[in-house]
Amino acid sequence: MVKVNGIEVDAVGKTVSEYIATTEYDPKRIAVERNGDIVFKSQYDVTVLEDGDSLEIVSFVGGG
Amino acid sequence: MDALAVRHGAELQRRFSEATVAVCGLGGLGSNIAIALARAGVGKLVLIDFDKVDITNLHRQQYKASQIGQYKTEALAENLSEIAPYTDIKTVTAKLTEDNLADLLKDADIICEALDNAEAKAMLVNGVLERLPECFLVAASGMAGMDTPNTIKTRKIGKQFYLCGDEVSDVENTIGLVASRVMLCAAHQAQTVLRILAGEYEV
Repeated sequence: MVKVNGIEVDAVGKTVSEYIATTEYDPKRIAVERNGDIVFKSQYDVTVLEDGDSLEIVSFVGGG
Repeated sequence: MDALAVRHGAELQRRFSEATVAVCGLGGLGSNIAIALARAGVGKLVLIDFDKVDITNLHRQQYKASQIGQYKTEALAENLSEIAPYTDIKTVTAKLTEDNLADLLKDADIICEALDNAEAKAMLVNGVLERLPECFLVAASGMAGMDTPNTIKTRKIGKQFYLCGDEVSDVENTIGLVASRVMLCAAHQAQTVLRILAGEYEV
């Protein structure tokens, strides 16, 4: 299982891009950390989620 | 500066005065962050915005009616020079992009993300985390509308990445931005900056 924002989800084997496509997140409005390190935008298509990974997806809303 | 050292203690004031903090976006968040940091005696502020003061900014941003039409960088530098004349101010009147952000922000110890557009926020946060990994980053998301002040919080996400706001109140789904709630979020950001400078890294 992969922990996404603290919740266990079945995403092992998916790339970050593939996982995001199954969610409501807008890829243009997010930053993703995997096990405490930023996942570069250019690596979303090739970063494969492994069992025990912890993902933090920050989704930005407008206003400032 | 001696007056600040009396209030804050000489060691803490030395840390503040030796710091360079970049404020990206000088709207409701950035103008309030910059004023709080300048008052605290942060040594150098890099103020970045491409926009001019508009009448629709005055309900929440730290500008004056007489400054409508001026670049925000110049107007805020003028206001800060009256509030805290000992602050070293560098202004950059430009739009931050993926291509220029590393160069414009490379001298900063701490970067405040204070933009208004969600995609621009994500662009800046990703860019800083990818290309300036030694910098601290204090970003904001979710401070619009008339919701309770008590949901505005600060969360530490990565080793050097902090996020302030309620993370849900989008300007598009609310009545818009209200000065006091934006100031709350700006105050979270400014206080987080000062705590980092003080060596207090937890929230």
